[in-house]
Amino acid sequence: MINKFAELLVYNWMGLDEATRLGSSVHFFFYDSIKIIFLLSIMIFVISIIRSFFPPEKTKKLLSNYKKIFGNIFASILGVVTPFCSCSSVPIFIGFVESGIPLGITFSFLITSPIVNEVALVMLFSLFGWKIGLLYLISGILVGVIGGIIIEKLGMEKYVEEYVYEISTGEEDIEELNWDQRISFAKNEVKDIVGRVWKFVIIGIGLGALIHGYAPAELLAQYAGPDNPLSVIAAVIVGIPLYANAVGTIPIVQALMGKGVALGTALSFMMATTALSLPAMIILRKVIKTQLITVFVTVVGLSIIGVGYMFNFVMNFV
Amino acid sequence: MEIKIFGPGCKNCVNLANNAKKAVEETGVEAEIIKVEDMKEIAQAGIMSTPAIAVDDEVKIKGRVATVEEIKKLIS
Repeated sequence: MINKFAELLVYNWMGLDEATRLGSSVHFFFYDSIKIIFLLSIMIFVISIIRSFFPPEKTKKLLSNYKKIFGNIFASILGVVTPFCSCSSVPIFIGFVESGIPLGITFSFLITSPIVNEVALVMLFSLFGWKIGLLYLISGILVGVIGGIIIEKLGMEKYVEEYVYEISTGEEDIEELNWDQRISFAKNEVKDIVGRVWKFVIIGIGLGALIHGYAPAELLAQYAGPDNPLSVIAAVIVGIPLYANAVGTIPIVQALMGKGVALGTALSFMMATTALSLPAMIILRKVIKTQLITVFVTVVGLSIIGVGYMFNFVMNFV
Repeated sequence: MEIKIFGPGCKNCVNLANNAKKAVEETGVEAEIIKVEDMKEIAQAGIMSTPAIAVDDEVKIKGRVATVEEIKKLIS
């Protein structure tokens, strides 16, 4: 239905020719923009309802029952469903550490939370299909688990700001929401998130459409294809400063993959844009010292690079 | 009465503060609205998800923007 509408709009009303580069780029742009914004609204609503059952206070309680690697896995999975914006990361960090949750498990949660978010997942599922969406989800959780375990092993506790250990938050009661409140929370999330990201979606899809119609496939495949061993590392380094356009990068990456960029390289790029960002580091600096931030960036960066190589390798056999 | 709005100053926190102001105006209750932006203080109050609202130092709603109607119920 959306496809029909986009065809009607571009080929009939705007009078563009289907066979031209311009025609197919403009069609791609309208079709994807409408589809993604529509799907985003529905998915954010559904995920927000699920999220309303997992406030951070409940997550904290659940997590304090798990030890070692199970704790890391569980923390990482909870990172996917717990409502969490970057401005809550500090209170969550303090709450976890103060209640005795090990540092490594806290980091598993903090790493996965931004990598796997509903917006990225919707765009991956709708642009790349469920297989790649699922791969992204699993590898995002994996990066959180590995990153957390390494930080635990390194014994970084002394690089947490001292005051964090001195705070005592006490026992807090968990507010039980009724269905009216859950629905109103979900509606607000849709308004808030779609209101924030639609510009980036449109810009990203616009650039993707340009690449789709015009970029030279041979050139890209040569530099970022599966045969260039350094492409994953380059993708992660380029991805880190691109935080603000995390949403916009997905359609660009999809168009690039159509031109021969390898899957692992593309996934690493997306994870780097979401997991490691300067604004998030500045916020985290309030509770952890620079040494630990450096370790955090290095460990997560290396894990993402590892995931990229793994996928590029696995794709040889699929 | 003392109404505290907890949050590091993101958009949701501003929305919550505005809702609180509206609720106070509409009910005519004598209340002072205080914004708490210091992370230490936010954590100390046992808040892990912002924004949050407290009435007379008792945290009432956290992790979402309370509506004007909800705040009215809290303060009257």
